[in-house]
Amino acid sequence: MNQNSSFVEFRNVQKSYDGKTLVVKDFNLSITRGEFVTMLGPSGSGKTTCLMMLAGFETATYGDILLDGQPINKVPPQKRGIGMVFQYYALFPHMTVAENLAFPLEVRKLGKSAIKQKIGNALEMVELGALANRRPAQLSGGQKQRVALARALVFEPKLVLMDEPLGALDKNLREQMQYEIKRIHESLGVTMVYVTHDQSEALTMSDRIAVFNDGIVQQLASPATLYEEPENAFVASFIGENNRFSGTVKSLDNDRCIVTLDDGDCSIRALPINITGHGSRAILSLRPERVVIDPEEGSLPNIFKVRAEGVTYLGDHIRCSVNFGQRHQFIIKIPNSEQHPVLKPGSDFRIGWAGRDCRAFNA
Amino acid sequence: MNEMVARTDTLNPLTADAREFEGKALRAQLARSTRLEKAKALLLVLPLLLFIGIMFIFPLADMMLRSTDNGPVAELMPDTATRLLDWDQSTLPDEAIYAALARDIQTAQKERTLGKIATRLNFELSGIRSLLTKSARKLAQMESSDESWKQRLVQIDQRWGELATWSAIKRVLPSVTATFYLSSLDLAYDAKGEVVRKPPERAIYVDNFIKTFAISLGVTLSCFILGFPVAYLLSVLPTAKANLLMICVLLPFWTSLLVRTTSWIALLQTHGIVNDLLVWLGILNEGNRLDMMYNMFGTVVAMTHILLPFMILPLFSVMKSIDPSFMRAATSLGASPFTAFIRVYLPQTKPGIAAGSLLVFILAIGYYITPALVGGRTGQMISNFIAYHMQQSLNWGLAAALAVILLIIVLILYWLFNRIIGIDKLKLG
Repeated sequence: MNQNSSFVEFRNVQKSYDGKTLVVKDFNLSITRGEFVTMLGPSGSGKTTCLMMLAGFETATYGDILLDGQPINKVPPQKRGIGMVFQYYALFPHMTVAENLAFPLEVRKLGKSAIKQKIGNALEMVELGALANRRPAQLSGGQKQRVALARALVFEPKLVLMDEPLGALDKNLREQMQYEIKRIHESLGVTMVYVTHDQSEALTMSDRIAVFNDGIVQQLASPATLYEEPENAFVASFIGENNRFSGTVKSLDNDRCIVTLDDGDCSIRALPINITGHGSRAILSLRPERVVIDPEEGSLPNIFKVRAEGVTYLGDHIRCSVNFGQRHQFIIKIPNSEQHPVLKPGSDFRIGWAGRDCRAFNA
Repeated sequence: MNEMVARTDTLNPLTADAREFEGKALRAQLARSTRLEKAKALLLVLPLLLFIGIMFIFPLADMMLRSTDNGPVAELMPDTATRLLDWDQSTLPDEAIYAALARDIQTAQKERTLGKIATRLNFELSGIRSLLTKSARKLAQMESSDESWKQRLVQIDQRWGELATWSAIKRVLPSVTATFYLSSLDLAYDAKGEVVRKPPERAIYVDNFIKTFAISLGVTLSCFILGFPVAYLLSVLPTAKANLLMICVLLPFWTSLLVRTTSWIALLQTHGIVNDLLVWLGILNEGNRLDMMYNMFGTVVAMTHILLPFMILPLFSVMKSIDPSFMRAATSLGASPFTAFIRVYLPQTKPGIAAGSLLVFILAIGYYITPALVGGRTGQMISNFIAYHMQQSLNWGLAAALAVILLIIVLILYWLFNRIIGIDKLKLG
């Protein structure tokens, strides 16, 4: 084993179900021990397929999957020693909570007293000690989720996989469980691979996020990097809210470019990310919260006159859609602070933003 | 603290009685508000209720009453009947009873009711029919003499001098009888009126109940063994293939039962296809062809074929609802596919197994047509005996008693099933 060894590694993995199209095209990912990595993407992007290949329920049509340095392509799922939490929990309905937790220990032929102790510890960890003799049907969604988590952890696997485990819970419970899972991850130090299509879930919990689209990892980075510095148009639009414009590159420097919008009536200064050259098509992406209202003349490279159309009060911030050059649905977010400007529909005002806040991608 | 308690009491002035009254009022309101709906619902099911009442419950009740009904002998031989009431069965009856019998026989002969009496008495003691007709004929020819009726009757046939004949007559006089039930259980009355076992060569029903039970159990078991993999396949195949397989499963339903049964005859009889094939392959000699038809084996094979869908369909509906992620979860937790199947999959199919087995078993235990066609002598089931007594021997009382015993066995099984598995867990599809 080499020093900077990765615990889980996908090498050029491909997967096809029908022999015609690739669901996963050339997937490479390396996860270090103790890391929390999320595979994020829209449905059909191949993220669950990758998880299933790691768990052993699907076979890769090409490429290698390594666990702790050993190729596991031919190892059956029961020999991989990977804990897994399923989307709808998959708790065995004919067994009590305790029996569910005992199952992985019994098939490993542990002694009765050891099993009892481990079940006790696992239930304590998810704070469900009192429900050991209930059946899954008698539990609430959140409790089922905790039992599923405890069952995936009770046999002390080094790697735990989660396939959209919080998808069936309501919003409050989901947020609570996110912190719970994060807490358990930190206290046990296990490696976790998490699949979700919910970006806020991914941002909250992960050390690193792999954004999937079309069978390819679009970007693999920490949540902050992913949000602040998306590498392509898909990531920029998939993570967080965006104002998008398409146009043509008029001039290109190292760290600056000017893009003329398709309507031709204005040019925007932006930060080039993967612009190929002068005259190429570009997509501009600007976060609504980076827009400054009523900037001083000349303080920002991009300043435009707009008219407010709709104002929505959302508690912690105010959301305003404006007419930008009479053509664009343009969203701005204003934090609800004491001195925030009062906007009324129909009022005219100026907006502006810094060139580095507007990212230009190759279209 | 005390103050608090006092205050809550005053805040809640409703006494227990008042609350109860309110509860009753609410119930009454609820009943009023749903009365119309209930009436409408009842109206909708009324035709079915009437149908079931007239076509099912009424004949069933009539049949059950028949199993204990002693028949019309007491009314048709009123004189003998009243006199025999006090007879103690230890010695032959006295002259007065003989005289009454002779009169009653002559009256019955005149009124053409002797046949009914003879039929009923013959169930009690075989041979009485001929005794009665013979006696009636001889009594009509006989001229008056000084001899006592006793002497005359014994002269006609000495069976009139036997206790057994007279106890048989006494037994058919009360309005209810246990004779048919005793016969169903291979018991009978002896000459003294004691219940005794029938001689082995005439004891057939208990053995046949056991055989019926064994055949039904065998059919259920083979349906399970054959049906379980098919149901599993149905539940995991892609829709197009599953539909095709489903049609194959249902095909027997769309073919006449008679055709299916006779095709088994063509296959399994001594000079049938299977035996021919085995001889041709040299596995069997021409001389020792297998007997696969007209015995218990034939009955089990043909019935399994017919009842298989009743096992497959409930199993399939349960298996269809089992999420494949259960098996995945089990293997991800370290169980081999076999362990996962035994400990996770199989227990979840229990409602289907229970429903299918109960359905097949109950259908099998009352099966008639197939054993009648392919059962031969050893493959007959209790229904065949019931049918025989309904149609051939016309001993409806015995047929009814056998049927009631069968019904009771089924009900006990149903009760046991409910106790062990729970009828609410049943899933038929």
